[in-house]
Amino acid sequence: MPVTNQNSVVEIRALRYAVASRVIFDGLDMDIPRGRVTAIMGPSGTGKTTLLRLITGQLLADSGSVKVAGLELSGLARNDLYALRRRMGMLFQNGALLTDLSVFENVAFPLREHTRLPERLIRQLVLTKLQAVGLRGSAELMPAELSGGMARRVALARAIVMDPEILIYDEPFVGLDPISMGVILRLIRRLNDALGLTSVVVSHDVHEISTVADTVFLLSGGKVVARGTPQELQSYPSEVVRQFMGGLADGPVPFHYPAADYFGELLAREDQP
Amino acid sequence: MTLLHDVRESFLGSLTRLGAVTRFLLRLLRQLPGGLKRWELIVAQIFNSGALSLVIIMLCGLFVGMVLGLQGYQLLERFGSEDALGTAAAIGLVKELGPVLTALLFAGRAGTALASELGLMRATDQISAMEMMAVDPLQRVVLPRFLGGVIAMPLLAAIFSIVGIYGAQLIGVQVMGVDSGSFWSQMRSSVDLKDVNEGIVKSFVFGVTCSLIAVYEGYHARPTAEGVGSATTRTVVTSAVATLFLDYLLTAAFL
Repeated sequence: MPVTNQNSVVEIRALRYAVASRVIFDGLDMDIPRGRVTAIMGPSGTGKTTLLRLITGQLLADSGSVKVAGLELSGLARNDLYALRRRMGMLFQNGALLTDLSVFENVAFPLREHTRLPERLIRQLVLTKLQAVGLRGSAELMPAELSGGMARRVALARAIVMDPEILIYDEPFVGLDPISMGVILRLIRRLNDALGLTSVVVSHDVHEISTVADTVFLLSGGKVVARGTPQELQSYPSEVVRQFMGGLADGPVPFHYPAADYFGELLAREDQP
Repeated sequence: MTLLHDVRESFLGSLTRLGAVTRFLLRLLRQLPGGLKRWELIVAQIFNSGALSLVIIMLCGLFVGMVLGLQGYQLLERFGSEDALGTAAAIGLVKELGPVLTALLFAGRAGTALASELGLMRATDQISAMEMMAVDPLQRVVLPRFLGGVIAMPLLAAIFSIVGIYGAQLIGVQVMGVDSGSFWSQMRSSVDLKDVNEGIVKSFVFGVTCSLIAVYEGYHARPTAEGVGSATTRTVVTSAVATLFLDYLLTAAFL
C-alpha cells in the first residue's frame, strides 16, 4: 500500500475502469494537491468526466484505489459517502439548477436539507454567497430567466454554500461568452484562495486553464501522459502533449475515426455494405 | 421460428421490467419513514397530480354519466324498469367506470407530467446534482410524487363517480323523465357498502400502479430528448394496459 500523502486531497492508484469491453482507465495514478487549483485536461472522449464521477463516488472503480480526504471510496457505505459529499461541492456543466426553485431557494437548498438553521441565518448565508458571485440582485429570479453564465455562477454559489473543502468544476467554460468566461475564471481563483479550498477543474480549454491552474494533468489513452505547471506543459517533450496544447488537427490522436478503406467504401455497390 | 422467438423475447422482457419496477417500489418504500416527515412536499404533489387534474376528471365524469343516463334509459325502458336507472348508473360508475377511467385519465394527464418532469431532471443533471449535495433524490423527489399520486387517485375516482351520477340524473330525470324519487331511493337501497369498497380498493391499486409506472419510467429515462419522449409514451401505454388487466383480476376477486 502506498503511504498516505498528507498534502493530497485525492489519491488515485492503479485505477482501472471499463464500460462493457471499452477500457477507459488502465493503471491511472494521480495525486491532487491540497489548497491548489488542479486542472484535468485531455481530448474529448478520454474520460475526464468519468474520472470526476469516480472521484465523487458516483461510479466505482473496477480495481485500484480512489481515496478522497483519506477515505477509500470503494468500501464506503452510502451514509459515509453522503457525509463525504457534504465536504465537496460540484459545479455541473450546465449548472444543474433545480428548475422549480428560485435562485435564492436553489442556493438555500443544501442548507435546508442538511441543517436546522434559523431562517434569518439561512438568508444571510445565501445572500453572502450570491454576493460573492455577483448575483445578489437576482435572488428572486427563476433559473429559466438566467443566462448560461449566470446559471453557472448561481450553481457555484450553491456549491460553496456548505463551505466545502473540495470544489469540483465539470467543463466550466463550455458555451460561455468571453465576459462570463473571465468572470468564472476569476471566481475559481478567488474562491480557491479566499476559502482555502482545493479546486479540481476538468476542461479542454488550454488557454483558459493556463491562466488559472497551478497544476495540470493531461490524460490520454486512459493514463496520465503529462503532469506539471501550464508553462511546463507548453514545452513538454511529447507528441501527444504538443498536439493537444498546440491544437493540431492530426498527430497521435488521429483526425479520422477508424474506418474501412476510403476508396473501397466509395466504390462499393449499395447492396454490398 | 422467428415469431415464437420474438414472443418469447418480449415476454421475458416484460417479466424483467416487472421485476425491476417491483424492486424500485421496494426501494421507494424503504424511504417511507424519512419521506413521510416531509409532508409539505407530498401536499404539493397531491396538488400537482390531483387538484390540477380536477377539471378534466369532472368534465369526463359528467359526460360519461350523461351517456350512461341515455344508454341506461334506452336499455331499461325495454324491460319497463326505467326506475332502476339510478342503481345501474351508480353501480357502473362506483365499481367500474369511476376507478378505471380516472386511472386512464390520470395516466394521460398526471402520469405523463410526472414522467417527463423526472426525465428532464435526469437529462439536465438535476438528479446527479442532488446526489452530489448528499440529498437522496428518491426521498426528496420521487417518493413525494409517488405518494401524491397514490393519495390523489381514490379522491379523483370518487369525484368522477359523484359527478357521473349527477350527469346520469341530469339526462335520466331532467330530460328522459324518470321519477326523481325512485332514481335516488332505488340507488340508496341497492348500492351496498361492498360496491363502494370495491371501487375504493380498485382506485387505490390503480393509484399505486399508475404513479409507480410514471415515476419509474421518468427516473430511468435515457437523458436525451428522445429518451424522455419514449419514457412518456411508455408511461401511458403501460399504465393503460396494467390498469385494464388489474381491473379484470380485481373484479374477479370481488365476485
